[in-house]
Amino acid sequence: MENKTYALFLGCTIPARVRQYEQSVRAVAQRLGIRLVDLEGFACCGFPLEPVDHHAALALGARNLALAEEAGLPICTLCSSCTSALCEVSRTLSRNEEERERTNRLLAKIQRRFQSPVEVRHFVRILLEDMGLDRIREACVRPLDGIRLAAHYGCHLLKPTEIHQGFDSVEDPRVLDDFIRSTGAVPVDYSRKKQCCGGSVLMADQRTALEIARDKLAELRDLEVDALVVVCPFCGVMYDSNQKVMEKIFEETYGIPVLYLPQVLGLAMGMEEKTLGLKSHAVKTKGLLEKLQAQAEG
Amino acid sequence: MDAQRNDPSPAVEMGEGRMMDEGELDFGFAQEVSAEPGGEGIVKCFACGSCSAGCPVRRFHPTFNPRRIIRMVLLGMRDAVLRDPFVWLCATCFTCQERCPQGVRIADLMRALKNLALRSGNMPEGIPMQVNLLREKGTLYPLDEFDNKKRTKAGLPPLPGAHEDVGVLLGDLADLGRPKEE
Ligand code: SF4
Ligand code: SF4
Repeated sequence: MENKTYALFLGCTIPARVRQYEQSVRAVAQRLGIRLVDLEGFACCGFPLEPVDHHAALALGARNLALAEEAGLPICTLCSSCTSALCEVSRTLSRNEEERERTNRLLAKIQRRFQSPVEVRHFVRILLEDMGLDRIREACVRPLDGIRLAAHYGCHLLKPTEIHQGFDSVEDPRVLDDFIRSTGAVPVDYSRKKQCCGGSVLMADQRTALEIARDKLAELRDLEVDALVVVCPFCGVMYDSNQKVMEKIFEETYGIPVLYLPQVLGLAMGMEEKTLGLKSHAVKTKGLLEKLQAQAEG
Repeated sequence: MDAQRNDPSPAVEMGEGRMMDEGELDFGFAQEVSAEPGGEGIVKCFACGSCSAGCPVRRFHPTFNPRRIIRMVLLGMRDAVLRDPFVWLCATCFTCQERCPQGVRIADLMRALKNLALRSGNMPEGIPMQVNLLREKGTLYPLDEFDNKKRTKAGLPPLPGAHEDVGVLLGDLADLGRPKEE
């Protein structure tokens, strides 16, 4: 398959707070020959404005789509909520003339216009559809044999169904488990696999949000997984940055490192810890890396 | 250490004890919600409870319950729905929406309720700050010099900015940051 060029859409959180995810994406993309371009002018995807004002959110999202369209590039997203927000804007505005006109009236204030649907795909989906699992497997020159990894799908990578058509099953998702398997690691099945991270409840009710997240971490601790694997910065921040907070509040320990899927792929491709930002996690990855090292020497 | 919980308000608990007075109902409310994008399908709800069964927030919060919120809207309990913080608890996870046998777009409906609640001044504390950041910086996490140094150290490229026009685009949004004049 041809290697395409994409406009890299980082969103708000990643460049400031989750650099390790960005580092690993850029490294893995480069290794596989996927070209990612930083486009001038990308701003927030609009998702945080949805609860405030749906029409303003559409306009903010459409502004990014217009920029990509002017550059003639499809968009590669890294955050599941950005993915879902931008896909939704593209879909709504191409199908609903009234919304399109309303949005274009707003966009006219900044001399932009939404013309036609723009292709928006999450990096994981691009890896799967442009590269395929076989090529990923071939690139994994240092297989992660014996490492137990639990996939967290989160909500907006796959839902709502109609905007992610045909990517993966919402009720029986497999894609992340397949990627984990392609690195030689063991994908661990668990009952809370599809459960939301709770991150978007933080602002309204911190206690409830943390109880939702805790539920998954407690199950994973009992299953003795080596790490939780995520593909969204919100989920990552919730499980990694807030894990210590949860340990204090609920008076228990989890000790579960949280890795972004491209970091896992990068490790299996033989990349350095530093390249993948593996030292930038709140929950230390040291134990996992030592286990890998021992495995390699064993 | 303690985490804050939004206590259930008396309005939400009224189903258990108090009888609703008809005078408190707004019979146009269901119509008003149906007119919002996402609210269209609400009248098709036949109260099966599939939405509540899978809702992660309902599992951990004592009163949040999507089926019940939908009933309250259909009954016309305008104030009880829009004045209570509970509409803000929905995580927008879409679990309910994927499973609703009647095709009610529940997550979108919750968003519509948030939009309506906000217009009457009911919103979590953090919202005005977020809106102002977006308007002024185009992002929730503007990069300062410290961030840029860290980016360089991590081998990441500087990012092209140029989102000043976001402020112009969002200029029509009400200024939520200013305290309301009484
Ligand atoms: S799942 Fe649909 S039909 Fe059933 S109670 Fe919820 S909204 Fe109503
Ligand atoms: S979208 Fe909201 S109401 Fe529906 S299941 Fe998720 S948290 Fe519950």
